[in-house]
Amino acid sequence: MQHYPIIVIGGGHAGVEAACVAARMGVQVALVTMDAGKIGAMSCNPAIGGLGKGHLVREVDAFDGVLGTAADAGAIHYRMLNRSKGSAVWGPRVQADRRLFGAAVRRVVADEPTLDVIEGEVAGLRIEGGRVRGVALADDTVLACEAAILCTGTFLGGVLFRGEERFEGGRIGEGGAAVLAAQLREAALPLSRLKTGTPPRLDGRTIDWARLAEQASDQEQWTMSPLTGRRANPQTFCAITRTNAQCHEIIRANLTRSPLYSGAIDARGPRYCPSIEDKIDRFGDRDGHQIFLEPEGLDTPLVYPNGISTSLPVDVQERFLQAIDGLERVRIAEPGYAVEYDHVDPRSLDRWLQMRSLGGLYCAGQINGTTGYEEAAAQGLVAGLHAAALVLERDPPALDRANSYMAVMVDDLTLHGVSEPYRMLTARAEYRLRLRANNASTRLTPLAIGVGCVSDRRQKWFERREKARSDVTAALNVEMSPSQMRRLGFAATDDTGKQVLSDWSRFPGIDLPELVRAGLVPRETHPGLHDEIGEDLHYAPYVARQDAELRELRANERFALAEDFPFGEVPGLSNEMIERLAAARPDSLAQASRVPGITPAAMAALLVFARKFEGRDAA
Amino acid sequence: MIRISGPSSAAALRRLAGPLPDVRKASVRQLRDARGNWLDEALVLWFAGPRSATGEDCAEIHCHGGRAVVRAIERALEQDCGLRRAEAGEFTRRAFLNRRMDLLEAEALGDMLAAETELQRAVLASAARGAASGEVSRWREAILSASAAVEQELDFSDDDEEGVAPPSVWRNAIGDVVGEIGAWLAVPSADRLRDGLRIVLAGPPNSGKSSLFNALLSEAAAIVSPIAGTTRDAIERPVAIEGVPFVLVDTAGLRSEGAEEIEAIGIARAEAELARADLVLWLGPEGDGPAGAIEVGSMIDLPDAARKAPPALQVSALSGEGLAALMAALAEYGRERLPRPGQVAISRRQRELLGQAQVALQAAGQEPDPLLAGEALRQARHAMDAMLGTVATEDMLDTLFGRFCIGK
Ligand SMILES: Cc1cc2nc3c(=O)[nH]c(=O)nc-3n(C[C@H](O)[C@H](O)[C@H](O)COP(=O)(O)OP(=O)(O)OC[C@H]3O[C@@H](n4cnc5c(N)ncnc54)[C@H](O)[C@@H]3O)c2cc1C
Repeated sequence: MQHYPIIVIGGGHAGVEAACVAARMGVQVALVTMDAGKIGAMSCNPAIGGLGKGHLVREVDAFDGVLGTAADAGAIHYRMLNRSKGSAVWGPRVQADRRLFGAAVRRVVADEPTLDVIEGEVAGLRIEGGRVRGVALADDTVLACEAAILCTGTFLGGVLFRGEERFEGGRIGEGGAAVLAAQLREAALPLSRLKTGTPPRLDGRTIDWARLAEQASDQEQWTMSPLTGRRANPQTFCAITRTNAQCHEIIRANLTRSPLYSGAIDARGPRYCPSIEDKIDRFGDRDGHQIFLEPEGLDTPLVYPNGISTSLPVDVQERFLQAIDGLERVRIAEPGYAVEYDHVDPRSLDRWLQMRSLGGLYCAGQINGTTGYEEAAAQGLVAGLHAAALVLERDPPALDRANSYMAVMVDDLTLHGVSEPYRMLTARAEYRLRLRANNASTRLTPLAIGVGCVSDRRQKWFERREKARSDVTAALNVEMSPSQMRRLGFAATDDTGKQVLSDWSRFPGIDLPELVRAGLVPRETHPGLHDEIGEDLHYAPYVARQDAELRELRANERFALAEDFPFGEVPGLSNEMIERLAAARPDSLAQASRVPGITPAAMAALLVFARKFEGRDAA
Repeated sequence: MIRISGPSSAAALRRLAGPLPDVRKASVRQLRDARGNWLDEALVLWFAGPRSATGEDCAEIHCHGGRAVVRAIERALEQDCGLRRAEAGEFTRRAFLNRRMDLLEAEALGDMLAAETELQRAVLASAARGAASGEVSRWREAILSASAAVEQELDFSDDDEEGVAPPSVWRNAIGDVVGEIGAWLAVPSADRLRDGLRIVLAGPPNSGKSSLFNALLSEAAAIVSPIAGTTRDAIERPVAIEGVPFVLVDTAGLRSEGAEEIEAIGIARAEAELARADLVLWLGPEGDGPAGAIEVGSMIDLPDAARKAPPALQVSALSGEGLAALMAALAEYGRERLPRPGQVAISRRQRELLGQAQVALQAAGQEPDPLLAGEALRQARHAMDAMLGTVATEDMLDTLFGRFCIGK
C-alpha cells in the first residue's frame, strides 16, 4: 500500500494551497482529485481578490502560496477597489483569463518535487482507532496517510438547480461526491446544507458593447504578488449596464418558477450576495441593479455578468437578459444555476481546521461553509501548514486576529459556525488598521520563513526589502530642527522645536515623497514600501490606542482551556452561555471572550474556574 | 440596616429574633443576644432563596439604634451565629453568580445594597428595574447602526450604489447619543451617591471652620457608613441633611501646629480635599476662596466680624444663627446635584466605560475618513460591550446585511 504523510482530497483552491504548502515544507504529499485537468478551475466568476478577499490573496502570497502569482499570470484587468478610502480597506482585484490562470496553477503543482497528483474519486476515509489512517478511491486503491485534508468544495452531496431541472453534481458538467458524503454522514460528522448560485455566461459577440460604459484596467502598475515584477498580459476592459423595470417585471412574474421560491431549496444562501430574484424581491423599491460585464479570457468570447446570479429556468433567464440595455440580442452560452451542498459545521474544527473528534482529518475551503476562492485558498494554507508542521515536528506559526485576516476567518468559523456562506469582509477584522493588503509580507513572511514554507527566492527578496525598510526607518529617526527644515525649503516654525523626521512627516506639506525629494530619505527600491511606511506613520496614533486591548487579547490567548473543559460546571454561567460555549469549544480565554453573549463577568467566572480546574488536573 | 445572606441566615435570624417571620413580610421583633441581653427593637424580613436579592436565603434587620446598637447586633451575629462580615461587593457577586441579574443590574443593585438614604434608594431602584439597561441598549443600537452605515460606505459603495444613508444621518444620531451620555455623566456617580456629596469647609486658620463643622454635625443626622474606610480621617464625617447624604470635611484638622513639615503636608492635603470637593464653603476673606466656592460669613456673633455681602450666608456657630438657612441651602444644592428618582446613577466603572464611549463617539462624529470613523465606532462598541457584556461585531454585521447587497 502506498503511503503519504499527507493526502489532500480535492484539487480546488483550498486543495492546491494545502498540498503545495506541505510540499514546500518538504513533506511527501498526494493530491487526489477527480480530474487533474480541472486543477485551478474557477467555478464561478473569473476574478481573484476584491474587498477583504484581496487581503487574503496577499496573505496567502506572503506564505509563498500559489494564488497571488497565478492571479497575476492570468490577469487581464486590474482594479484597486475602494481606492478613494483609506488604504486599510483597499481591495486589490483582478479578472483572470480562466485558461491562463488554471495553467499557471497546474504548472506550480507539477513543479513541486514532493507532490504527486493522483486522479480519482475518493470514496471513503480509512479510520482506525479514532484516527484517519488512509483514503480509499472509487477504483479500490487504498492510500495510507497520517493526515487527510478534505477540500471537496461544493461536491459533497451537491445538487444543482435550474428552474424545474435538477442535476446531481458539484459543478455544472461534473459529478458529485455522493459516496464520500454518505460515509461522512455515517461517521456522524456534523453536516448541514448551504446554497450558492452563479449567473449565466454570455456570448460576448452578441453584446452591443458600443452602447455601454467601459471600465478600464488600473493605470497604476501594481500586481497581486510583489514577486510578479510586471504585468504579463494585455489588459482588457469591462462594461457596465443595469437591470430595469421591464426586466424586474419578467423576473417577478416568474418567481414561483425559481427553486428558491418554489421551496425546492431551503438551505441558506449568502445575504450579502443575493441572486437577482432575491434582490428584486427584497429590494423591491429599486429601479435597477448594476451589472458588470466581465470578459472570461483573452481568446474566448465568454462574458461573466457580475451581479445577476440566478436559478430561474433558462427561458426566463433569456427573456430578462434581453430586456437589459446592450443585451437585447444576447445569447446565453451556459445558463445560470444554483447549487445546494453539504458543509461541515466548522465549530467541530479546532483553530487549525482539524476535526476535534477525528484525529488527522482536516477540512478546508467551501466544505467549511465559506464561499470564494480566496477564502478557500487561505484555509487550505492554514490546514496544510499545520498538518506539515505536525509531520515535521515544528511549531506552527502564531496566527491571531491581530496579525492576519486568515486567523480572523478561521476564528470566526470555528467559534461561531455559519448560518450562511461566509465571505471575508474588512468589517470582520477589528484590527484592520494594522492588517492592510499592502503590508501582508511584513506581517506574515517572517512567520512563513520561520516555519520553512518559503522559497529561497522569496526569502532573499524579503531580506532585501527588510534591509531597505530599516534604511528608511533609520533615516526617519534623524532629528531635525525647524531651521534645518527651513533651509531645505520646508515651511517650519520655531514653536515645534527639534524633532525626528517621522514626526515632521505629519506636518502639512512634509510627507514621505517630499522627504525623498529633499534627499533626507532613501529612494523607493521596492514598489509599495514607502506607501506602507507612510501609512504606518499615519495610523500609528490609532494603532497605539489598541495596544492595551491587544495585550489583553494575547494574555487571554495564552490562557488555554483544555479540550474537555467542563463549561457546565462553571458557577454563574447562564444555561444559554453554557450551551454556546459547549458548541463553540473555545480553546483559550481569548476565544471564549468572542463567543457571543459572553459577558466580562462570565469571563471572570471562567478565569476563576479555569484556575481551579488546572489545579485539579495537576493534583 | 443589616443584611444577612447564605445558608445560615435562617438559623441566625431565629437565634436573634425568635421564630422566622413569613417570607417577605416585615415584622417587628425584639432582638436579644445569646446571653439574653436586649439589643434593639427592629423590623426584620425573611427571604427564602433563590427568590431573594442574592439568590440565597436572606434576612434583613432594620434597627433603630445608632452605631453602638448596630455594632452590638453585628457582634452577636458574629459570635453567637458564626457569621462574618461581607467583603466589599460580595452580595452583588453572589447575586450575579446565582443568576439573579445581568451585569448592569448587578452593579446598580450592588450600590443599592450599600445605599443609605431614601433618595438614594429610590434612584437606585429604577436602575435595578432595568431602566439603565434600557437606555444603554438604545445607545448600543444607535452605535451599531452607525457602524453599519460606515461599514457599508467602506466595504460596498464602490460596487453598488445601494441606498447608503447620507453620512449626516448617522452623525446626527451619534451626536444625540453623545449628548445623552453627557447627561448621565453629569449626574454624580453611584459611588458618590452612596458615600455622599463632599462639602469642604475651607478658610485661613481661626476662621471658624471647626466650630461650624461641629455645629453642622450636631444639627444633622449622623450616618454610620456601611463601608469600612469611607471615613478616612478624623476630620470628615458622613451626615444626612433633609435626607440628602453629604460628607462634611473640615480642612482645619489638616493643619496642626508645630513642625513646618507637618504644616506643609497639611496644606497639600487641604488642597487635595479642595480638588475632590463637590462644594466648598469658604469662610475666609470675601473673594479669596477657590472658584465656585460658597461664601459664608462666620462668627457673626463677634462684633468686629467682617460681614460678607449677600448672597453670602451669615452663620454663627456659637448662637446657631443662620445655621438652619445654611443647611437648607446645602440640602437644596444636594437635591439639585443628585439624580432625581427615575434618573440613573452609575458606578465608577460604568462611568469610565461610558466616558470612553463618549470620547470615541465624539471622535467618530468629527472624523471625515470613514475608515478612522469606523475605528472610533469600534472602540465605542468595545466600551459598550464591556458595560453590557455582549459581543457586537456579529450584531453589527447583521444590521449591515439587513439592508443591501454586494458583488465583488
Ligand atoms: C455554482 C457556484 C457558484 C458560486 N458562486 C460564487 C460566488 O458568487 N462568489 C464567490 O466568491 N464564490 C462562488 N463560488 C464559490 C467558489 O467557486 C468556491 O468557493 C471555491 O472554488 C471553493 O474552493 P474549494 O477549493 O473549497 O472547492 P472547489 O474549487 O469546488 O474544488 C473542489 C475540488 O474537489 C474535487 N473533489 C470533490 N470531491 C472529490 C472526491 N470525492 N474525490 C476527489 N476529488 C474530489 C473536485 O473535483 C474539485 O476539483 C461558487 C461556486 C459554485 C459551484
